[in-house]
This record gives sequence, C-alpha cells and structure tokens, in this order.
Amino acid sequence: MAEPQPKPRELAYVAAIAEGVRTVMQEQPDAFVAGEDVAEAGGVYGYYNGILKEFGPERVFDTPISEEGIVGLGVGAAATGCRPIIDVMFMDFMGECMDEIANQLAKMRYMFGGRATLPVTILSMAGAGASLAAQHSQSLEAWICHLPGLKVVMACTPYDAKGLIISAARDDNPVIVVLNKMSLAMMGPVPEEPYTVPIGEANVVRGGSNYTIISFGRMVHEALAAATQLEELGIDAEVIDLRSLQPLDSAAVVASVRKTHRAMVVHEAVRFGGFGGEIAAQIQEQAFDYLDAPVARVGAPFSPVPFSPVLEANYVPNADRIVAEAKQQLGL
Amino acid sequence: MSSEITDDILLDIHRRMVRIRTFEERAGKMMEDGKIPGALHLYVGQEAVASGVMVHLSDQDYITSTHRGHGHLIAKGGEFTYMFAELYGKATGYCKGKGGSMHISNLDLGMLGANGIVGGGPPIAMGAAFSCKFRKTSNVSISFFGDGASNEGAFHEAANMAALYKLPCVFVCENNGYGEYTPQANHQAIVDVADRAPGYGMPGVVVDGMDPIAVHEAAGEAIARAREGGGPTLLECKTYRYYDHVGVRGMGLSYRTDEEVEQWRLKDPIVNFEARLAEQGVLTPEAAEAVHEAARKDVDAGIEFAEASPNPDPAAVTEDVYA
Repeated sequence: MAEPQPKPRELAYVAAIAEGVRTVMQEQPDAFVAGEDVAEAGGVYGYYNGILKEFGPERVFDTPISEEGIVGLGVGAAATGCRPIIDVMFMDFMGECMDEIANQLAKMRYMFGGRATLPVTILSMAGAGASLAAQHSQSLEAWICHLPGLKVVMACTPYDAKGLIISAARDDNPVIVVLNKMSLAMMGPVPEEPYTVPIGEANVVRGGSNYTIISFGRMVHEALAAATQLEELGIDAEVIDLRSLQPLDSAAVVASVRKTHRAMVVHEAVRFGGFGGEIAAQIQEQAFDYLDAPVARVGAPFSPVPFSPVLEANYVPNADRIVAEAKQQLGL
Repeated sequence: MSSEITDDILLDIHRRMVRIRTFEERAGKMMEDGKIPGALHLYVGQEAVASGVMVHLSDQDYITSTHRGHGHLIAKGGEFTYMFAELYGKATGYCKGKGGSMHISNLDLGMLGANGIVGGGPPIAMGAAFSCKFRKTSNVSISFFGDGASNEGAFHEAANMAALYKLPCVFVCENNGYGEYTPQANHQAIVDVADRAPGYGMPGVVVDGMDPIAVHEAAGEAIARAREGGGPTLLECKTYRYYDHVGVRGMGLSYRTDEEVEQWRLKDPIVNFEARLAEQGVLTPEAAEAVHEAARKDVDAGIEFAEASPNPDPAAVTEDVYA
C-alpha cells in the first residue's frame, strides 16, 4: 500500500492574493502598497488584512479617492527606485487613471529610449455577477492589452493569483494583475512557500483532441464545465487558460488548434472588439489551413453590464452558452 | 534669503538663462527651416523660472516638466549635443530618437521627462517626492506646470496627496497667461493660481517670474521647507512666452496683440538681469557677451553632433518597449 499523500493546503482566492502580496512585501524592501482603503480597512475585499500591521504605515497606506494620483504616485516612485504595488479597487475605475496608465506608465520607458524602468504592479478587480451594475462589473482587459509597454495577466485560481502576483512584482515592467470578484471565496491548492506563475505562458487546464476552447479569467471555469457537457456530443475539448494576455502565448494556442482543428474563444468582456478577436485573428493567420470551422467567439452582449440579477444572468457567458455556440459552430 | 545670494549663484543663474535662450532661438529656427521634425514648444521668455529654481537642485533632486520642456532640461544640466540629437530624432539623442522634444528626459540628471500631456507631470513629481521620503533621502521633487495644467484633475490630485503626506515636493506653476491659445481669464475665474494652495493645505506664493532673483528666493524657501519635512509649496511664477504655443511664428492665430508681447519683452529676464549685474559690478557687458558666445558655440557643436549622428536603426522601432 502506498503512503497516503498529505492533502495539499487549500486557500481561498482572496487569501491567496493576500499571501502573494505578503510574499512580495517580505522579499522586496522597496515595495509598498498604496490604494483606497488598503491600510486601516485591509482592502474592501479583505486581501490586505494584516498587511498594515505586519509592514507598518510607511509601506502600507491609504490614499485619497484619486486614481490618477495613485497611479501617478506609482509611476514617479517606480522611475526613482521603488517597486510600488498599486491597488485600483475596481477595474471600472481605470477611466479615472487612464492617462497615467496609458500615456505615462506604459510609455515612459520607450519615450525615454529604454532609460527608465517601471516595476509597478497594479492589482485590480474585474467581473460581473454580483449585481454591481454597469460601473463596478466590467472586464476591460481589451483597453490595456492595446497599450504596448504593459503586461496584463488574469488569475482564475487561488494558485495562479498568488503566483502571478509574485511574478508581477518581480518583473521590471508594469504588470496589471486582473482579479475576479466572483472568485474570492473559491478554494484551491496553494503552496505555502513563494512560487511564481510565469508571465507569458498559457496553461492547458484540460487536454483534448478535437476541439480547443481558449479562455482566461473566471470564464476558464465555465469553459471546463462546458467541456464536460461537450463530451456527450463526442467533442473532446482542450481548454487553455491564457493566464497572460500580454505577452500572449500564441504558440500554445496555435499548437492546440493545429491538433484539434476547431476553436472557440471565451471571455466575459463584451464580445465586440474584445480580446477574443485578436486570438481569432492570430489563429487564422497561423493555422488557417488546419481549421475545419470558423473560430467561434463567446462574450458578453453589446450592452453595459445590467443590474437586475435576471438581466445579469443573461449577460455573463456561461457553460450552457458555450455549448450552444459550439453546437451552432459545428452544425450539431 | 536674497542677502545670501552669492555672486557665483548670480552668474550661475545668468549662464543657465543664456544657455536656454540661445538653444531655443536656434532650435526654433531649425524647426521652422524644416531641419527638426515635429513640434517644438519654445521656452523663450520664461528662462528665469527654470534657472532660478534649478540652481537649488542637485542631480539627485527630481523634476517633471511640460511640453515646453527644453528649458527645464537645460537648466538641470542637459547637454546640447544629446538634446539636439534628440530633437533631430537621431540614435545618439537622450532618448535614442524615441521621445523627441515632447518627451526629452535624462534620469541621470533627475529629469523625469518633458510631457505631452498637460497635467501629466504633477502626479509623477508627487510620486518621485514620495520616493525621496520613502528612501529616506533629503532630496526634493519639483513639478513644473502651466496655468492651463492647473485646471487638470491630475494636478489637483497630486497637490492634495503631496500635502496629505507632507511630501518634499514643490509645485512650480509657470503662469504664462495662456493655456495654449486661450487667455487665462477665459480658462479660470481666478488671477492667482497660488490662491488654490490653502485649499490643499500648503503655502501659496506668487512671484515675478521674469525676475530670476525673486524666483530664486521663493524657490529657495519652498525647497528648504520641503527638504526639512515641511511639505509642499505652490509657487506661482508670473511669466510669458514670447513665441507661439508651438514654434516661433506658430500658426499665426490672432489670440494676443503685438503690443502685449512688446510690453512683456520690456521685462526680459536676461536683458534686465544683465543690467542689474553690470550695475552691481558682478558681470561686465564683455563678460556677459562671453557667456552668450560660449552658449552659441555649444549650440553649434550640438547641431554639428546631431547632424553627424546616425539615424536610429529602423528595426529599433520595437526595442525598449519592455525591460
């Protein structure tokens, strides 16, 4: 009889975020946390609980509700030797600080001929599903993936949340870590020791032979559920969690599609103009001759995120929508 | 404080002003002759501000600048060779030809960039000031911005945070009377931008920005307060740009009169300063001319360097995006 393996430690997504932040603060003396309600309150989601107590008010501090000022603080501090962790409470608030993100943070290194280094980590919360309506629910990754100079990652598990935060903070580039508010209570294995999840490497979360679903963020879980349903239709779906949108692991996507010959992209953001269009385009550029069907895309309809739970349930993509779209795509 | 100003400092300020004026006059001509691509926002007329402030700073002190940024870099120690090379878009420029006039910078000199976004700089200067404090240095960070930028939310957010955290930051408003082509009276209901300072919880000071000694004295007090942990100051310098918003002749828009320009030229920071220094026996006209001549030679050498420099390798277009 084999020895029973000790059960790996499980943490909630929110606790994994906290552990990632604590790890960074421990290993980087030039790191600090700045944002709205991050210090005394521990963050509105609770993932900064205890950080103030452990690291003190010089390294963890509340800011005014001034997103442009907060990101600007990060830009100026990073260009002069610090490694800021900046909290933008809701991704929807990026409109308030988009100049500092798009015109300063993303471009400073390039504009200065490579003579500036901006190791800024921005943590921000995306996602619909909590009836928070149009201004607290969006997935706006397409905005920031369009900006050369930024790296963009999305964590869909507790393991990835901790590992991506550590990778982001160790990276000498600005990295925006997009988190999902509906995943906060999700449990999953998280090693206690520091580890990294590489930025720029996709994760094949389910192997498959004749269909590829490319997803990222919380929709990965819907894609996995859909893959189970698709088995009954004789579809053996591979599910790829991109994890990193910028840089994009095109090679992983293309390799899978060349193997399976059929592909679908799934994201929570509005479908029109969403990041899925880029992936579909790259597939047709690099694997056109391998495709047996047009690349399908599943995303939110072209409307703001609604408030009513009934409307919102009809807005956010889910496994059933993925299956229905696959059937239509494949004429099943 | 003015009694503490030494002859060496007076001469230093004079030299910085002359270098700015000489550089800008030539750069403007090169642009209008089509030798320099893009758009230049010239600093001519405002030299007393950059020079009077920068003489207090070391390379370890930081500044953020504006779209009208050459003067700030020159006063901070920028070399004409690499500056002209940048304006020409050459590989040898401060930014390897990737920034140009509007993003010219040199972090080794503590110059965190000219900025094409009005109001883009104050939050960055505030962040650099935070960094000075966080790293327990006695350095300061200066944000140069205009009356136009004082209406941007970014300025407001930066000023509030700098005061809240008592950061070693000085907000130097160069009020040249125009936000691009719109006169101040048409873009804000106040006359003195410094009136806003009490609303942030910091001192507000108004000085004659055409008088380098007045700027030097007020900046000295503000910078000393910042270094000592006393927090930020809003220092407004009333000044004027002689040339258009862009270039020398600019677009020929009729937004101000020739008479107005002539009235301001009577307050010329260099001409009047030289008369004052001659009167005080600090600088003879001959010695002043030698400063101008040295600046002209530096400009000639800078242009020669730029014209002899290689263009960037076209393949460099995608380099320096990421570290």
